[in-house]
Amino acid sequence: MKGNEAIAHAAIRCGCDGYFGYPITPQSEVLETLALEKPWETTGMVVLQAESELASINMVYGGGASGKRCMTSSSSPGVALMQEGIAYMAGAEIPGLIVNVQRGGPGLGTIQPSQSDYFQATRGGGNGDYNVIVLAPASVQEMADFVDLAFELAFKYRNPAMILSDGIIGQMMEKLVLPPFKPRRTEAQIQEECPWATNGRKKERQPNILTSLELDSAIMEKKNLHLQAKYKEIKEKEVRFETLMCEDAEYLIVAFGSAARIGLKVVEMCREEGIKAGLLRPITLWPFPSEEIARLGQRVKGILSFEINAGQMVEDILMATNGQTPVAHYGRMGGVVPTPDEVIRALKEKLIK
Amino acid sequence: MTEEEIIRPENLVYKKPTLLNDNPMHYCPGCSHGVVHKLVAEIIEEMGLEEKTVAISPVGCAVFAYNYIDVDWIEAAHGRAPAVATAVKRLWPDRLVFTYQGDGDLACIGTAESIHALNRGEHIAVIFINNAIYGMTGGQMAPTTLMGMKTSTCPYGRVADLHGYPLKFTEIAATLEGTCYVTRQSVHSVAAIRKAKKAIRKAFENSMQGKGASLVEIVSTCNAGWKLSPERANQWMEENMFKFYPLGDLKDTTAEK
Repeated sequence: MKGNEAIAHAAIRCGCDGYFGYPITPQSEVLETLALEKPWETTGMVVLQAESELASINMVYGGGASGKRCMTSSSSPGVALMQEGIAYMAGAEIPGLIVNVQRGGPGLGTIQPSQSDYFQATRGGGNGDYNVIVLAPASVQEMADFVDLAFELAFKYRNPAMILSDGIIGQMMEKLVLPPFKPRRTEAQIQEECPWATNGRKKERQPNILTSLELDSAIMEKKNLHLQAKYKEIKEKEVRFETLMCEDAEYLIVAFGSAARIGLKVVEMCREEGIKAGLLRPITLWPFPSEEIARLGQRVKGILSFEINAGQMVEDILMATNGQTPVAHYGRMGGVVPTPDEVIRALKEKLIK
Repeated sequence: MTEEEIIRPENLVYKKPTLLNDNPMHYCPGCSHGVVHKLVAEIIEEMGLEEKTVAISPVGCAVFAYNYIDVDWIEAAHGRAPAVATAVKRLWPDRLVFTYQGDGDLACIGTAESIHALNRGEHIAVIFINNAIYGMTGGQMAPTTLMGMKTSTCPYGRVADLHGYPLKFTEIAATLEGTCYVTRQSVHSVAAIRKAKKAIRKAFENSMQGKGASLVEIVSTCNAGWKLSPERANQWMEENMFKFYPLGDLKDTTAEK
């Protein structure tokens, strides 16, 4: 099935309570599949086409605040519109899942695939000092697997989580094993697991108030310090990545999502030519696998950040390597998908020389 | 009667609702918010919904409503309260879910969310405080500011060619298929407060019974923003606001259902 369809099926299967979305190419199949599957008749999952992305994300905000597993999906311009709500979720510590099936920008841009929302996803995107947990699937299988993983992480840390996919993975058809069915949590389970949730104050507790507002700057700073401590813990515990042929590599390609699939071919072709290339694929874009890249950076002659954008992740690689390793970027924009040949050419021109 | 006799429970004729806590309110003396807060707290208590209520506060003066009424609250982004309420009510259908919003929140920045939640017939109650001005930010023009009315962003008075016309949101809401109860009330007199209480209670009952969306507009005073004494503000409201925003029910389909 298509990547977008996999997201929808995985949501139904992982105990998702609510999906709220607004159509946009190239991800409309998520809402369409859910509408066809009618999960409200089986698992009781709520599916609603909202009036805008603004409304969708605020429905996720409300649903998450009440302790339910809620999600939305969209594509780049729509996710841009959601940034206000995501910042509010981060500020009020409300868990939820946002899926971005990226297309090229800026602005209305193109409906063709791109990875140009890397900054938006990993730098917060909205106002204030905050981070969103970002997972980057590179296959239809991972589109399905990451839905439950994202919810688990979001609720574990009371933080919004994002699946940063793109039009290639969203529209691509692949075989996959759908995750096993997991029932939606009962009211008692939600009240036990989410004692902070706003779903009706029980007599034995104080009212729960979920807000991102605090006018006293001393208290607001404390709140920020609490968030920063949480982000530090996430950075320590939740970094995920995959490496291929890195141990003897002289040149390291770093690529995520659909670019990593091209990167795989690049490494194979390089090896055939006698160039010892390896691939590191960050699975979490935030937290970023900085330590592993720094470690490999000590041993390789150069790192090529290969992204389908103008060069965004390359900044994280530069920070990780801190000037110790030559680092270059190669990418295309506007919905153009690079071929392995041009990546190898770039590797030779920019790093091997 | 001695003081001790007066405070005996059987002699008490009135008490503060238990849900209304002792936090000092930030509202200006004379503001309608305090009265409406008290009504909301009373009604939740009378309906026995203390454990079943999820309230959504807006951005504006009522952003801190959560500091005063002891139920679960979600503070929404500016204008998005009806979207937040939509999700909560759909996911927790047996809960009382209501939003409490001002004119800027509901009828300006959140017009889309308000209209669509009401039009979908979400089983929520929307309390709409219309005081024709932005109170929290210091008295700027609202979508409901009357023609000729002076605010800090229309200091020479609202004129159509510069500022457009005041929006009768409640009249729009009454035309929507999804609304079951749309009414306009006020809390400037004891009689008006009693009527407003009935209206809010009915809206809450509609939410609990799943009858559709209810909108209760409360034409309110902002004496600080209007730069009038509380008493003069009430008088000004009666003379000017009620002409453009006449009180009464605009729609009630609940009897038919």
